[in-house]
Amino acid sequence: MSKSSIQFSRRNFLRTSSLASGGLLIGFNLFTACKSDVKPPVDLADLHYNDFNAFIKIAKNGAVTIFSPNPEIGQGVKTSMPMIIAEELDVSWDNVYVQQGVLDTKNYTRQIAGGSQSIRFGWDALRQTGATAKQMLVNAAAARWGVDASELSVSEGVINNKAGETLSYGDVVDEASVLEVPENVSLKEPKDYKIIGTDRRNVDIDKIVTGQPLFGIDYKEEGMLYASVLRPPAFGQELVSFDATEAKALPGVVDVIQIGDKAKALLGGEKVNWTAQLSGSGKVVVLAKTTWDAFKGKKAIKAVWSDATPLESTEFHDEKLTALLDGKDFVTMRKDGDVNKAFAAADKVLERTYESPFLPHNCMEPMNFFANVTDEKIHLVGPVQTPEDAANTVAELLGRDVEDIHLEMTRMGGGFGRRLYGDFVYEAAEISDAIRKPIKMVSSREDDMSTGVYRPAIKYRIKAAIKDGQLTGYQLKEAAINGNMYGLIPNFFPAGAVENYQVDVANYKSNITTGAWRAPYTNFLAYAEQSFFDELAEEMEVDKIKMRLDLLEKVKGTDDERIQYSPERMQNVIKMAVDKSGWGKQPKGTYQGFVAYYCHNTHVAEVADVQIENGLPVVKKVTCIVDCGIVINPMGALNQIEGGVVDGIGHSMYGSFGFENGKPTANNYDKYRLGRMKEAAVVETHLVQNELSPTGLGEPTLPPAGGAVANALKAATGKRAYKQPFIQDVELWKVKEEEILG
Amino acid sequence: MKISMIVNGEPRSVELADELTPLLWVIRDMLGLKGTKFGCGKAACGACTLHVDGEAVRSCSYPVKFAVGKEITTIEGLGDAENPHPVQEAWIEEVVPQCGYCQPGFMMATAALLNKIPNPTDEEIDDNIINVCRCGTYYRMRKAIHRAAEKQQAITPMNQPTNTK
Repeated sequence: MSKSSIQFSRRNFLRTSSLASGGLLIGFNLFTACKSDVKPPVDLADLHYNDFNAFIKIAKNGAVTIFSPNPEIGQGVKTSMPMIIAEELDVSWDNVYVQQGVLDTKNYTRQIAGGSQSIRFGWDALRQTGATAKQMLVNAAAARWGVDASELSVSEGVINNKAGETLSYGDVVDEASVLEVPENVSLKEPKDYKIIGTDRRNVDIDKIVTGQPLFGIDYKEEGMLYASVLRPPAFGQELVSFDATEAKALPGVVDVIQIGDKAKALLGGEKVNWTAQLSGSGKVVVLAKTTWDAFKGKKAIKAVWSDATPLESTEFHDEKLTALLDGKDFVTMRKDGDVNKAFAAADKVLERTYESPFLPHNCMEPMNFFANVTDEKIHLVGPVQTPEDAANTVAELLGRDVEDIHLEMTRMGGGFGRRLYGDFVYEAAEISDAIRKPIKMVSSREDDMSTGVYRPAIKYRIKAAIKDGQLTGYQLKEAAINGNMYGLIPNFFPAGAVENYQVDVANYKSNITTGAWRAPYTNFLAYAEQSFFDELAEEMEVDKIKMRLDLLEKVKGTDDERIQYSPERMQNVIKMAVDKSGWGKQPKGTYQGFVAYYCHNTHVAEVADVQIENGLPVVKKVTCIVDCGIVINPMGALNQIEGGVVDGIGHSMYGSFGFENGKPTANNYDKYRLGRMKEAAVVETHLVQNELSPTGLGEPTLPPAGGAVANALKAATGKRAYKQPFIQDVELWKVKEEEILG
Repeated sequence: MKISMIVNGEPRSVELADELTPLLWVIRDMLGLKGTKFGCGKAACGACTLHVDGEAVRSCSYPVKFAVGKEITTIEGLGDAENPHPVQEAWIEEVVPQCGYCQPGFMMATAALLNKIPNPTDEEIDDNIINVCRCGTYYRMRKAIHRAAEKQQAITPMNQPTNTK
């Protein structure tokens, strides 16, 4: 045991309270120190969350309930975050119950699922809270026995003294609740962990496999109507008028209304927050007794639309992005040395352009939300990754106090960034506000795919200067729709490894809504850069692995604090990948592609094995090395890692999406190809064992997968993929028997 | 009109105007069984898979009139926490679900497959389990399908498949 450094002011970090029903309640803040004038909560019944966003309750029977604050989208935080508390609290995992915290909006901090940051930011706070509670319980037992707390030991919620007497946590919980919160609590050494680092099943798995109603789309209240929303069929269009005669005549249809004025009014003002995606158009809403009646009613609406802004097409975006890359309208995000001088002095210059399309999110659970707006309160229930922003925007939209809003988060049938944007919450609220009845807005798959917040189409142009066999200059240009890469990305590898280095970005403002998509920007950039490194190694006639290791060597000991990655950890995952994948030792007929990448604070190396089957390249296996620091729940970690790889392969191979006159070219899975069982590679994962603070896993293994596959495709077929999706025209990839490379 | 069928072993009837209403919405919105999921509405993703007289059916595109008088089994009727079906047990043991939304459809498709092919090869799994999971749980799912096959065969001897065609 060692004394931890106190990273939070204890006074501001957590508060304790005794419960009217008996027991101890600890409120704490997962992510930031909070205001000093906060009063501790009194009882669970009238909890006002204020600055606390997480709680543990220890009842008189010793049962521990953890109120998990972060939305669960399948990333496993509802299991892994409580594991951290249980470890430091020293209780049996079997005595720990997890409840999804309800949102009270006002002073919430980072109650959000996104960016693979829940574990990284929660690590210290969760451990401190568990350890503090344990110390208070031990202190209470010490006082009862009249001994010094240091003489006592704890095992699985039972406190032991030297005389062989025992007290359970439940026995002393009332006494503990009135004690002063101790300073300087001890945290465990990783070698003493009993729960962290062990396999724990997803806490909801029994409910999932028996079909319990966990998801937003399953939520139902008495008297609730189902709402289907007819939105503009093309980006750039607005509603002119509609005829609902036929729809209203359908059995099951209760009403047809128009919404959108409130959202439009909000659009005119200052945007409430970045997650607000509002359409300026009117929308037609069909309210019905079942979802099917609502869908049918929507199809029967005859609406007239006008072109408010120009309708854009993929061809148009293509031209715009190329023009941006060819032009001079860039913002420079990082500049080291002088790349132009390096290019002028180079023996060789290599320049390549890589392209990727828009992509829809494809959450298997279509967007939906429940709303019941009354004069007294606004009840919202459903799947959203940013509950706080959603509530604030709804308050603004309806001209209500945010205190009126009671928002409950459900499990989410996938998020991948789509549920960061609250458009479906605002729609539900606006509908219920208009008719003052409880409603459930449900999107069809067509609605979902054709009125999305897409991954933006992007082109990267990368240029390298080679002189005397060395990489002397590296310039990355990004042309994107609507928004550019976030500020940390220019400090990822190879920043710091090349003397003359520059990252320039430019964008075209489109009327198509775009946003975050699992591993924003890097989901495509990793493929572009890692393809380029392979091409660079070929051009320089050096070993691909050695080139990467040598470049990383130059970053060691850097005093550049902007550099995000660790060259040592990156080199380590590269060496492990070479070893574990049998790199360069594959039998004839297996072709490998290599990637090492850092994003979302995690270092990953992946090797894809491709074989030719029936004349076409097939990804058979991916060896994945992951350094995410201490692994909380290896079973959950492997699941995230495997999923990220499989998802990354599927979308980079097949994800094809574009626009024609403002309309999406695909609106359902008969026209949009997702990876399926047949395409799913075997994923062999090796986790780096270390004692460094944990980082996230929901995203980091997806970006490298596309690059590993592109490099393996080149090895297998001799063809370099410059555009995602790789396999759009199957004919291009057919390999004749005699052409199969050795 | 009145539509009657056996759902998870119990006779159920609903009054509805449109006999072409997909079985999915009758099950979800009228009978209140929410385990069968809506994914695409076009029989293209398999989230809505359930059994009609033991056959896997994509209920989003299956008019309820064809279900009249038949035995419908949904994920709620496959097994429960106390008495899980071998497929559910295997899914728990392999910790397949991530978000979990598409999993009931996969499990129903798997249960139907194992009734026809008690010990499917990888190729038979590829050809028959063609649902969509965006979380990318396929790799584990394959392991769970093999495990479920083993479990089921331990209960039902291999030479007596429950339903061969």
